[in-house]
Amino acid sequence: MSDLITAELVDLDLTGADRHEATGKLAALLAQAGRVTDVDGFLADVRAREAQMPTGIEGGIGIPHARSAHVTAPSLAFGRSAEGVDFGADDGPADLVFLIAAPAGGASDHMTILASLARKLIHQDFKTALREAPDAAAVAALITNALG
Amino acid sequence: MKLVAVTSCPTGIAHTYMAAEAIEQAAKDAGHEIHVETQGAAGAEALDPQWIAEADAVIFAADVDVRDKERFAGKPVVSAGVKRGINHAADMVAEAVEKAQAAPDSGPVAPAPAAPAGPRLGPGAKLRLWLMTGVSYMLPFVAAGGILIALAFVFGGAEVANQVNGGEFEGVDYEAITDPTRILDQVGITGVLFYIGGLAFSMLVPILAGFIAFGMADRMGIAPGVVGGLIAVNVGAGFLGGLVAGLLAGAIVMALKLIKADQAFSGIMRIVVIPLVSVFAVGFIMLVLVGKPIATAQTWLTDWLAGLSGVNAVLLGLLLGAMMGFDLGGPVNKVAYLFGVGALASGDFTVMAAVMAAGMVPPLGLALATVVRSKRFSQAERQSGKAAWLLGAFFITEGAIPFAAADPLRVIPSTVVGGAVAGAVSMAFGSTLRAPHGGVWVLPLIGNPGGFIIAILAGTAATCLCAVALKTAWRSKAAETADDQALVAI
Repeated sequence: MSDLITAELVDLDLTGADRHEATGKLAALLAQAGRVTDVDGFLADVRAREAQMPTGIEGGIGIPHARSAHVTAPSLAFGRSAEGVDFGADDGPADLVFLIAAPAGGASDHMTILASLARKLIHQDFKTALREAPDAAAVAALITNALG
Repeated sequence: MKLVAVTSCPTGIAHTYMAAEAIEQAAKDAGHEIHVETQGAAGAEALDPQWIAEADAVIFAADVDVRDKERFAGKPVVSAGVKRGINHAADMVAEAVEKAQAAPDSGPVAPAPAAPAGPRLGPGAKLRLWLMTGVSYMLPFVAAGGILIALAFVFGGAEVANQVNGGEFEGVDYEAITDPTRILDQVGITGVLFYIGGLAFSMLVPILAGFIAFGMADRMGIAPGVVGGLIAVNVGAGFLGGLVAGLLAGAIVMALKLIKADQAFSGIMRIVVIPLVSVFAVGFIMLVLVGKPIATAQTWLTDWLAGLSGVNAVLLGLLLGAMMGFDLGGPVNKVAYLFGVGALASGDFTVMAAVMAAGMVPPLGLALATVVRSKRFSQAERQSGKAAWLLGAFFITEGAIPFAAADPLRVIPSTVVGGAVAGAVSMAFGSTLRAPHGGVWVLPLIGNPGGFIIAILAGTAATCLCAVALKTAWRSKAAETADDQALVAI
């Protein structure tokens, strides 16, 4: 199984007028890596999920996500945004954006990895480390190690 | 303190686990023991029933229905959306602790949590448990509706029914009230009592059907069950129709749940497909396959009764009485009742007396039975026995439905026998009645009230004897296991 995240799936200067633009940029990274086959179809699935309830979490986190038929492998694209992107959290915009892509009907070991990632996201030290990571490779390593 | 929690969210890959982690952290930080069930895409690891039994309080952080919620019945619960679980886990834990401390004796309330962990039940006991579930949710409607109607009669006289619904009473023709907001002005508070009571009563069968299906298939069963029950009411199928609708709805939803859907598709299954298919299927069957034959049978019965004119009066009373007791407000009962009302209009007052006596007997007889042989009845039945006295006294035959719905094979023969005895005795004494309803409240309108009272006493005794005999002679271990379980579940 390939890693959930690699350096090429990290954007440390994520910008976007709104959550859709920011999500779109991260989705493009997934498509370039061949993990998403149809960017528009995948984004539609993400939007459908976002429409049910915004995915922003207090503490500067946005986690747009979807289970989608257009995803080939469970993947995570990560973006860090200096000015922040609004993901609908009560306390303001998110500076850490995690785009989680899960294949439709994914096997449950995939889901277990995503579950442990989600659990990590609420730990302050994990978030701090992500905010201070010097480069994309460091971020990817940080996340991969955290899930190991 | 010991806590359990369940988290869930629409997609089941992110928030479910974030909330679980946050709540686990918060609980541990506060020094509590906690187990969290994540109902997400990685597969839910069900909480050990032992943990649930020992838990002092329960936390739900969920945006979709918590599955198998009845496992937590009787526990103090703090419930919120999944995001509150993530953002304010510590507050939720504190609230749960507070509720646990406020709850009296929240320890092992239900040491054997409902069906999932209980001993395996045989098919008969399962059926009984499903029926009991439906009955237990229906009981408040019976009590509220029946007593409101009785109060309306007491304070407004038996004509209150006609003042609200229209029709003739004692030679006065009343017009039905079409705008319910004007009942208070036009009839007064008694009209309001009667109207509300009637509405509560109209929900008996839908609630019975809905919660039989709930007992079988969890919350997905409620929609098709209630809709099927409403159709049972609309096609005049009565509570037996409601039993059919409820069991049908439960079975259909159980079957639909067996379809193993792709994970991406399973949300759509739960939200759209199962409700849509089950409601339509139950509705179609009830309307077309059940409704029509019932209407045909009613027409046939009505014609048959009309053709009986001139038959021996006692035999006619016996027959009408048996019909009154057969389905307690259902199609057969309606035919007999309308035959009585029809006879009233044509100046024959004896038939109505026989019909009313037979209609008062089923609740009275069963109420008596719960007193004479309380051990043969479940606790819920003994409770409804108390209300049944009043309902029977006011000719609200539906007061017997809770007994009949829970155990139709033993109760219906008893109410049929009692009704037949009452109808025959009333006819034999030649008692007459000039009102179409009212029970003891219209005794002044009864000719030869002594004979009428003897008819009721004889019918009540017959129903009681028959019910006790059947319940004693034909006891099933299955029913008793189910009753023990129902006690925990209700």
